[in-house]
Amino acid sequence: MGSTIAQKILASHSGREKVDVGNIVTVKPDYVLSHDNSAAIIKKYEKLPVDKIFDPLMPVIVLDHTVPASTSQYANNHKSIREFVKYQGIPNFYDMGEGICHQVLSEKGFAFPGSLILGADSHTTTYGAFGAASAGIGRSEVAAIWATGKMWLKVPETIKINIEGQFLKYITSKDLILKIIGDLGADGALYKSVEFTGDTIKEMSIDSRMVLSNMAVEMGAKFGIIYPDEIVDKYLENKAKKHYKWVLPDSDAVYLKELSYNVKDLEPYIAKPHTVDNVSPVVETTGQKIDQVFFGSCTNGRLEDFHAAAELLKGKKIAKNVRMLAFPASRAILQQIILDGTAQILLDADVILMNTGCGPCLGAHEGVLADLEVCISTANRNFKGRLGNPNSLIYLASPYTAVASAITGVITDPREMLS
Amino acid sequence: MTIIKLSYLIVVTMIIKGKAHKFGDDVNTDVIYPGKYTYMQLEPKEMAIHAMEDICAEFYKNVSMDDIIVAGKNFGCGSSREQAAACLKYAGISAIIAHSFSRLFFRNAINFGLLAITHPKASDFIQQGNTLEIDYKSGIIRTKGSEFSFSPYPELVQGILEAGGLIPYLKDKLTK
Repeated sequence: MGSTIAQKILASHSGREKVDVGNIVTVKPDYVLSHDNSAAIIKKYEKLPVDKIFDPLMPVIVLDHTVPASTSQYANNHKSIREFVKYQGIPNFYDMGEGICHQVLSEKGFAFPGSLILGADSHTTTYGAFGAASAGIGRSEVAAIWATGKMWLKVPETIKINIEGQFLKYITSKDLILKIIGDLGADGALYKSVEFTGDTIKEMSIDSRMVLSNMAVEMGAKFGIIYPDEIVDKYLENKAKKHYKWVLPDSDAVYLKELSYNVKDLEPYIAKPHTVDNVSPVVETTGQKIDQVFFGSCTNGRLEDFHAAAELLKGKKIAKNVRMLAFPASRAILQQIILDGTAQILLDADVILMNTGCGPCLGAHEGVLADLEVCISTANRNFKGRLGNPNSLIYLASPYTAVASAITGVITDPREMLS
Repeated sequence: MTIIKLSYLIVVTMIIKGKAHKFGDDVNTDVIYPGKYTYMQLEPKEMAIHAMEDICAEFYKNVSMDDIIVAGKNFGCGSSREQAAACLKYAGISAIIAHSFSRLFFRNAINFGLLAITHPKASDFIQQGNTLEIDYKSGIIRTKGSEFSFSPYPELVQGILEAGGLIPYLKDKLTK
């Protein structure tokens, strides 16, 4: 009986030849991620009878969630992290301005086929786009890994999703993942590893692949792994942090279930308040008035997304009474959109171009909502209160849908922009 | 008294007894502990005040020490924030019985010394306000003359729970 990608990666990182579903294994991850929550993790770590961390090359710390600091407490958190990083001699530290952790780790080559990355952030699943097994863990667990270099994981069952067909105009991987989450439900892949494969995936850009892996956690998945290929190799050329080999499933690997989607059948989808699996075609919500567009996040704040925005915004203005906040996911993306003219198109359209980072996604700063306001967001969660106010409404959609809505001031099917 | 409180470190012994607080499906981490507090390092007392704030205002006022949450599927879905487990424990919750848990919440609960028991039948049977007794070592939930059994935790997990969480467990192990 063969192994899935999850089984192979968990075997290789636990020093075993082979692992079976349900086994509890002690793994040594390649990297362990934390962000602004490192301040709280440090406090936990300091309760342990350990001075220096097990392996200073293992932590990767990125400041992205509450940047720049809007309160003195956030500033003090950042300061304590910088001091810890210096004391411990942690080389892989990225201060504010570099970007959102998942984008930074990707751009710097920390995620590669066959790698295992654990992180104190639920969207750590993003690295599945590079053929990695990556999952969120808690703050105590990060402190434990800093101290010991290891953690226990259970070997999950795997759901295989085969994606075929060609996307129609203005339909993206965000629409695809919203459709899948809507079909399977918020617990449809609970505790499971999801493998995405198929002809559509083979032609999909890294930016689009990251959307699928990123949002796999919204259906409860532990991992959301895409089969590595030449596109991944090209992306990682001269930047992968370690030597790697593709890890692919055996032909006789056992799956819990296999699903198929043909993307030519898709239309733009939207997740309505207050759950990510409350999905319907955008056409069922068109006309809903909006107050704010949140454009960015570790789901859809990448170059491809900004290009999509510019494609619709060129020569246009966003609607009066709507504010659109755009957060590039990294410094590299910000530099690129300035160089290629995208930033100018956005500014001409009256978009507010913000700093790199998570923005209001955690509900703490940089664009929280007023009572009864409605926001369309390219991010990954629309839970009640997610953007800082439980009396507001959040819709999740693709960059095309969000920007088409910014232009009209109401939720709009981007295909209307074709005429 | 079956639970010994040591400055917010709850050491689980054999039997937990408390009143049930019922919740539905997909109770997410943002309503359990809103993101706006996640990067403030609040004291346990303050964290307890915010527990369940966005779906059940002033939840903490209705909780007596050792009470138990009984919920539907996918409890704790969403963020990796450990405070979702911590704030409930600080509010007085000693255990959660649910149809299912998000994997991150389950890990965080155990790592914070909070019992998390997957039991759809018990979850459906128990009503708001029922008094429950959980014998976690034997794997039995008792309520209103009925009993529901569950598989006791593996040894490693029991060790973490008994120590009051992963950090105290590891502290003890690394000291020895």
